[in-house]
Amino acid sequence: MRVALFLTCVNDTLYPDTGRAVVKLLTRLGVDVDFPMAQTCCGQAHYNTGYRHQAEPLARHFSDVFGSDAYDAIVTPSGSCGAMVRELYPRMGERARAEGRGDGLARTVAPVVPKTYELTEFLVDVLGVTDVGAYYPHTVTYHPTCHGLRALGLADRPTRLLRAVEGLELVELPGADECCGFGGTFAVKNADVSAAMGADKVRNAESTGAEVLCAADNSCLMHIGGTMARLRTAVRPVHIAEILASTEEEPLS
Amino acid sequence: MSGGTFVGMPAFPAAAREAVGDATLRANLRHATHTIRDKRARAVAELSDWDRLREAGKRIKDHTLRHLDHYLVRLEESVERAGGTVHWAADAEEANRIVADLVRATGETEVVKVKSMATQEIGLNEALEAEGIRAYETDLAELIVQLGHDRPSHILVPAIHRNRGEIRDIFRKEMGHWGRPAPDGLTDTPAELAEAARLHLREKFLRAKVGISGANFMVAETGTLVVVESEGNGRMCLTLPETLISVVGIEKVVPAWRDLEVFLQTLPRSSTAERMNPYTSMWTGTTDQDGPSAFHLVLLDNGRTDTLADEVGRQALRCIRCSACLNVCPVYERAGGHAYGSVYPGPIGAILSPQLRGTGSDIDASLPYASSLCGACYEVCPVAIDIPEVLVHLRERVVQGGEATRGGNRVTLRPAKGHAAERAAMRAAGLAFARPGALRAGQRLASRTRRLHPRTLPGPGRAWSATRELPEVPAEPFRDWWRRTRGGNSGGTTEGSDR
Ligand code: SF4
Repeated sequence: MRVALFLTCVNDTLYPDTGRAVVKLLTRLGVDVDFPMAQTCCGQAHYNTGYRHQAEPLARHFSDVFGSDAYDAIVTPSGSCGAMVRELYPRMGERARAEGRGDGLARTVAPVVPKTYELTEFLVDVLGVTDVGAYYPHTVTYHPTCHGLRALGLADRPTRLLRAVEGLELVELPGADECCGFGGTFAVKNADVSAAMGADKVRNAESTGAEVLCAADNSCLMHIGGTMARLRTAVRPVHIAEILASTEEEPLS
Repeated sequence: MSGGTFVGMPAFPAAAREAVGDATLRANLRHATHTIRDKRARAVAELSDWDRLREAGKRIKDHTLRHLDHYLVRLEESVERAGGTVHWAADAEEANRIVADLVRATGETEVVKVKSMATQEIGLNEALEAEGIRAYETDLAELIVQLGHDRPSHILVPAIHRNRGEIRDIFRKEMGHWGRPAPDGLTDTPAELAEAARLHLREKFLRAKVGISGANFMVAETGTLVVVESEGNGRMCLTLPETLISVVGIEKVVPAWRDLEVFLQTLPRSSTAERMNPYTSMWTGTTDQDGPSAFHLVLLDNGRTDTLADEVGRQALRCIRCSACLNVCPVYERAGGHAYGSVYPGPIGAILSPQLRGTGSDIDASLPYASSLCGACYEVCPVAIDIPEVLVHLRERVVQGGEATRGGNRVTLRPAKGHAAERAAMRAAGLAFARPGALRAGQRLASRTRRLHPRTLPGPGRAWSATRELPEVPAEPFRDWWRRTRGGNSGGTTEGSDR
């Protein structure tokens, strides 16, 4: 199986460790991973802030880069960017058509939509694995990010994967399905409410006694982690890909 | 919505800041919303066909909205056949004038009111006051808001921001000015507070000759109006007075009696987490020797047909005002209802107000951004309104302008002021992302200068870094690592597309 890694612009720029972890994990599971160098950004921030027209060229670019038949799947370690492609690209296509601009956009994005998977979805649904052979001797609590939870419906896929990790103790996060308050530009436009939501999320994580708060999206982890650092909590944020890539021989550094 | 009560509101972020800093308010809201949301989840889980009921509710509403003119004409015929009179009001001012004239024609200067969002939306109480007519709210929570010279902050529980101690103080201080005073030594136990309100209101019910209500549903087929409530005070207002005036938004019509089957299941479970609401009152025109002898229905537009003209936004008109979206919204929970600057707070308010009123004011232009787009509101909505979709759609209108319908005319809106810098940044980012080379150059520059990066940001980013630490820029972006380690063996085809 040959997959294209869609890392997302945030991970590429700020969290390269997550990308390396995905490559390591998928390679270990026998998947042939490629990273199309021309990839940039899915356009989520543009779209969600009200710049749908500026997001359209990015959707086209994404489709050009990832649309190749050479890939069986497109895998991304981000629930929100996965949801952007899967849920919102078709919607953008429909809107363009409704505005009398033809079905060019809808046709362009059509090949990438069904092939795009968030990482845990790909592992469980496509590869059919829940035990990925990972080793991570820590107490972990899992925060299901909003787009993973509601837009993609990841359900218990991430926690099934985490439970199968050797040495890992999974503890439940109170108020798990409540938003952490990131929401892209929301964190800047409504900073006070966003910060209050983040602080509540961090306090809930702290109450579990876990060493690590894990999620499947680095944007949310950036917000939660930034709040943790400011509040000086003992819990630290880690992306699920890094936990799943960790083994006894090569533990997460 | 010229209601007047919320005119001159600051934009949402400024209004929310105060609430976020108010510990009592946040505790009141947190307690109330979490209690009801948990109960709602249990009540909904009892029904195995919830998803189908939700879909049915959505379809009935969509069908009705698509043929709204037809069903409204049918409704008018049915109501008049049953002995009622129908009035059409294009906006708040017209509706208020119609109601004031109707009350004045009875010679009365007092009216009792059933809790109603529509009359709050148009600021009816204030308009009547200006005409020398006193309107008494009879819903317990509405009474608390009215006595407290306050504004409602929740659709279903307008006084949700108040705790019991505050309510006792309001009753003690204010009831005497409006009628029967609070009993001596009133405490803050729920039973005593409820009894004080009951005694106070009983006098009003027995004296009133005019009642004013809204309606949850109007059945086109029969001309029947429906109010669902928990206290029974609404039923008193609907049956005791001689004249009944109902002010109802035109989107509340449903085609046939049997459509109620769906909503009378989904509404109570979504709003109060009850299998069935305690009181469902229905009235059809007038009946000799029973109930009011005169019945007037004021059909209110006030921005609704404009909203209906918007393909994406019109789904907001499906709303049955259950308030489930408020109770699950993390933003509402922290910002409080007043920050939304409208009688419609929370997620539904964030999409309804800027459509009914337009996006011209600061508050209305900021409402589409009063959400993290977490999607919890869409998940609970019993008529499946995709609130996040409409929020993003309205954001587009705010930052880019575009076509909209106002006052029945197609207009081209200019972007709201203050978005020029953001628009430029989005365009620049778009250009960089369209060329991977530019992205890589930016990443490398960021990596090379990473030791120099400040820990706080200037400009709009300051709000972020005031409460959160920024991530450190890594020494090497992923794509450079990939090229360094894998470039040789897999880069062949992909490198070619790196323009
Ligand atoms: S939008 Fe949906 S959830 Fe919110 S009040 Fe209306 S019907 Fe209820």
